[in-house]
Amino acid sequence: MRPFSYTRAQTVQAAVQALASDPQAVLLAGGTNLIDLMKYEVERPGAIIDINRLPLNFIDDLPDGGIRIGALVTNSSVAHDERVRTRYPLLASAILAGASPQLRNAATTGGNLVQRTRCYYFYDPATPCNKRQPGSGCAAIGGVNRIHAILGASDSCIAVHPSDMCVALAALGATIEVEGPAGRRDIAFSDFHRLPGDRPELDNTLQSGELVVAIRLEPNHFAVHHTYLKLRDRLSYAFALVSVAVAVELSNDRLVDVRVALGGVAHKPWRDRLVEAEFAGVVADEEAFQKLAERLLSGAKGHGGNHFKIPLAAKAIVRALKQATSGRLQDQAAKSVQ
Amino acid sequence: MPIQSKAVGLPLSRVEGPLKVTGGARYAAEYFQPGMLFGVVVPATIAAGQIASIDVSAAERFAGVVKIFTHENRPSTAYRDSKWKDQVALPGHPFRPLESDRILFDGQPVALVVAESFEAARDAATLVRVHYLPEESHTDLMRAIHTSYCPPIPRAKEMMPPPPRGNAQAAFDRATNRISADYRMDGEHHNPMELFATTVLLGDDGTLTIHDKTQGSQNSQDYVCNVFGLATETVVVRNAYVGGAFGQALRPKYQLFFAVMASLDLKRSMKVEMSRREMFYLTWRPSSFQTVSLAADREGHLQAIRHHAVHATSRYEDYQENVANWSGLAYRCDNVELSYEIVKLDVSTPGDMRAPGAATGVTALEAAMDELAYEVGIDPLELRLRNFVHRDQNQDKDLTSKALHACYREGAARFGWAGRSPEPGSMRDGVDLVGWGMATGLWEASMSPAEAKVQYCANGTVVVSAAASDIGTGTYTILGQIAAECFDLQIGDVTVRLGDSTLPKTGVEGGSWTAASSGSAVQAAAKAVIATLLKHAGELHNSPLARASADEVEVAEGRLVLEANHQVGVAISEIMATAGLSSIEESAEVGPDKALARKFAAYTHSAVFVEVKVDSELGVIRVTRVVSAVAAGRILNPKTARSQILGGIVMGLGMALHEEGMIDHRTGRIVNHNLAEYHIPAHADVEDLQVIFVDEDDDKASPIGVKGLGEIGIVGVAAAISNAIFHATGKRVRSFPITIDKILESEIRQ
Repeated sequence: MRPFSYTRAQTVQAAVQALASDPQAVLLAGGTNLIDLMKYEVERPGAIIDINRLPLNFIDDLPDGGIRIGALVTNSSVAHDERVRTRYPLLASAILAGASPQLRNAATTGGNLVQRTRCYYFYDPATPCNKRQPGSGCAAIGGVNRIHAILGASDSCIAVHPSDMCVALAALGATIEVEGPAGRRDIAFSDFHRLPGDRPELDNTLQSGELVVAIRLEPNHFAVHHTYLKLRDRLSYAFALVSVAVAVELSNDRLVDVRVALGGVAHKPWRDRLVEAEFAGVVADEEAFQKLAERLLSGAKGHGGNHFKIPLAAKAIVRALKQATSGRLQDQAAKSVQ
Repeated sequence: MPIQSKAVGLPLSRVEGPLKVTGGARYAAEYFQPGMLFGVVVPATIAAGQIASIDVSAAERFAGVVKIFTHENRPSTAYRDSKWKDQVALPGHPFRPLESDRILFDGQPVALVVAESFEAARDAATLVRVHYLPEESHTDLMRAIHTSYCPPIPRAKEMMPPPPRGNAQAAFDRATNRISADYRMDGEHHNPMELFATTVLLGDDGTLTIHDKTQGSQNSQDYVCNVFGLATETVVVRNAYVGGAFGQALRPKYQLFFAVMASLDLKRSMKVEMSRREMFYLTWRPSSFQTVSLAADREGHLQAIRHHAVHATSRYEDYQENVANWSGLAYRCDNVELSYEIVKLDVSTPGDMRAPGAATGVTALEAAMDELAYEVGIDPLELRLRNFVHRDQNQDKDLTSKALHACYREGAARFGWAGRSPEPGSMRDGVDLVGWGMATGLWEASMSPAEAKVQYCANGTVVVSAAASDIGTGTYTILGQIAAECFDLQIGDVTVRLGDSTLPKTGVEGGSWTAASSGSAVQAAAKAVIATLLKHAGELHNSPLARASADEVEVAEGRLVLEANHQVGVAISEIMATAGLSSIEESAEVGPDKALARKFAAYTHSAVFVEVKVDSELGVIRVTRVVSAVAAGRILNPKTARSQILGGIVMGLGMALHEEGMIDHRTGRIVNHNLAEYHIPAHADVEDLQVIFVDEDDDKASPIGVKGLGEIGIVGVAAAISNAIFHATGKRVRSFPITIDKILESEIRQ
């Protein structure tokens, strides 16, 4: 860790200004990812702007029946909020599948969105990594890549986004409110994280000086038929090998609206609306689920160590769809897969 | 003097527990002195090659930096290898930090940055620029396996496989039922809670008081004196509390060397603590490859056993452990051929990690026994019962005791083994496949030379002291119990002092021998105190004990009495007052009984029963139940004993399903060197664990009837889990850890 300046922002505007005026500055909220990266010398900020005192710790009802969650609400507070639990149980469930209670108590909603991707080599400054040092190469390709991406990767980067919360938000179609030097704007969730392409150093589409203020969720019909299924190497405190967030609206055993988002498989929570649309009106049975999984994974590509993720993801999608359509959502406190 | 059950045998909480949970127990890194300096190591980022140059200029300019040590300016130290060899050193050349520009393994220290604060040292360490000339590295055991060799210099005679008996090949060829299988294990990396750390406090008179994370204070003391040419009386090493060690801290680590080196060079007190990452570059359980071939007749009686074991070692030392020999003594068999080789790789020297050798070799043997049970078509437990042997056929010796039958019986009953349906995949719980597997565990019960001192004070309290180490196992507690028993006191009346090189000589704490060795020494010293009391009692006027011999007396309720008649005796206070003594202090030394060892071999045994549930579609594995039944002689404290076995089971669970050092063989570097990516079981992975201690009387394994418990808990666990997975799924995964990808691959294969 290198010496850095520390300031505490009192207003959102002040934070934006401080961030925009110093290219070496970063925002500090829960710090559960940033501080680790600083200890590993992956992040070397010259200035830290502590935003924990900003008035962004709120969960508000919206007039349309939706909900607005401030960027500084901790993951635990979101997961245990009564309104979230009853109206957006998928979100609560996904959060509880992540990290550990200690981390969820510190990590914030905004921080969860902007956490860096997961890769052994990204975390080790002694290795090449296009994300850490653009142009240096990707050590994960041809290296130890059991945990890496099977979808949407590029020749520059095969890292995966590690969030559980974001997979649920992708399925639910959240909107992200950001504030920057040019004022406030909304970003559709699917446009927030990005694929690596040839600019893997960019995890998301935030512009310079922008900070996440809140996320908004519209009212939906998914409170009954949904699930978050996370498969990992141990039962707690482990990133997903593959995770699946499913939200379904059913009518007479047919899929009216089906949403499937995948975690642990790509540089961003993976969703394919075109594939989802193909299954609108289809009878919700195992055959349809298998086809849907096949279609979702049609472009999947392994890199050696992670080939297994392709069949595993297919199985997980089918199981999650079965759980969601039968109303037997995965209980995150349960040790077995339901 | 038989010890009665009063303090000994009670499930007492560990005496230092309150200190540990309130922060009162200070570990090696928790000693401070104004003006002390802090050192941080720069680890190498190549696995083989040479340092072309090191640029320390930026680091040296960093505020607070005092000095940066590299191979270019390291103070001179002992020249001969013999000076660098600690008590448990291996054949080969001990590693010498900053000795030259050669890089022998990933993470090798290439510089020590010393600064006025830990933070300054850590930050400056990132500014050291090293230019390497990397060479091709070889870290993949399987790719180098053709270079395996028998260690030319054995680490210990008994680690070498015994000569073949009978004709295993011929018996195998003609047997009706046979299996032969290869088992692979990836390297495992020790990660006890406490990081390696050394604090050196420099006295005004030039003496060094060293707080070191070690399993042997006197081993560290000898090492420091030999390497730096210091007189023994000028160096004291303490390790009062050790936050887990499991074998990793048997040998001195480089932080000890660095802390002393910098302290002597800079004439300041010093502290060097490793990072979690550095813990991955030291003393690991080596990656291994084993082939086990078993043959049996139609009834399952073993006709032939062949076990070939190969594991990794470093370029500079021949690490060795007893991997294959267990296969020659676990079961009755007259045709046995065991072989053992090692392979040099560009890695740091592996080392002992809980049940070294047995955790590896018995896993392969017991997985193979399970395969044989299906081949013969009998229950896996029945196969083991049919091949039970009450003799060490490797050494052709009787056993001091072997209550393994009771382990099988009581373990199976508690587990409900009789309800097992033999067919793989035949037991279900909803979508989960249920599997029941079992394995035998064994480990040697040995003693090592140990001294202890017991002081009986006139106020009826006792002080026990020895240079033994309590590495979290409960040594303070059980030694206190033994002393309390000898003097008919409560454990609260006994103070136990350990972890100090000035105390009576004790070897390193390892091999499960401490309870038997130091425990016997404490009992012997207590007997000597009682003999002295008797001598003084005999000098009393009209002493009722004038004719009694030391064998005939004991202490009861503050009196020295005849064992046969407690009415006859004298108050100890009276004896001591008359003799004008405020305390009596005696020492004793114990060691292995060589005459007994010529005739008898001693082992601990266990039977491990495991239930797993495997999701039939997804391959997700959970260990839902474990029953471990252990025969380990006399159990001094059922509570600390149970904790030892529980810890062993959890470590076995990690070995079976989680632990795996991942190496990028292109560079020879470990990629998952942190506890987020190197997985051990989380609490959620640990479900119902049950421990049974079966009765086992043993008057030969040690004078106090104890066999030791540190290792036996892990042995057999990984095999029982893999056997249960086979029973659940019909899939035999012979590569550890058994992760979900391997389950899926075996599905695709079949």
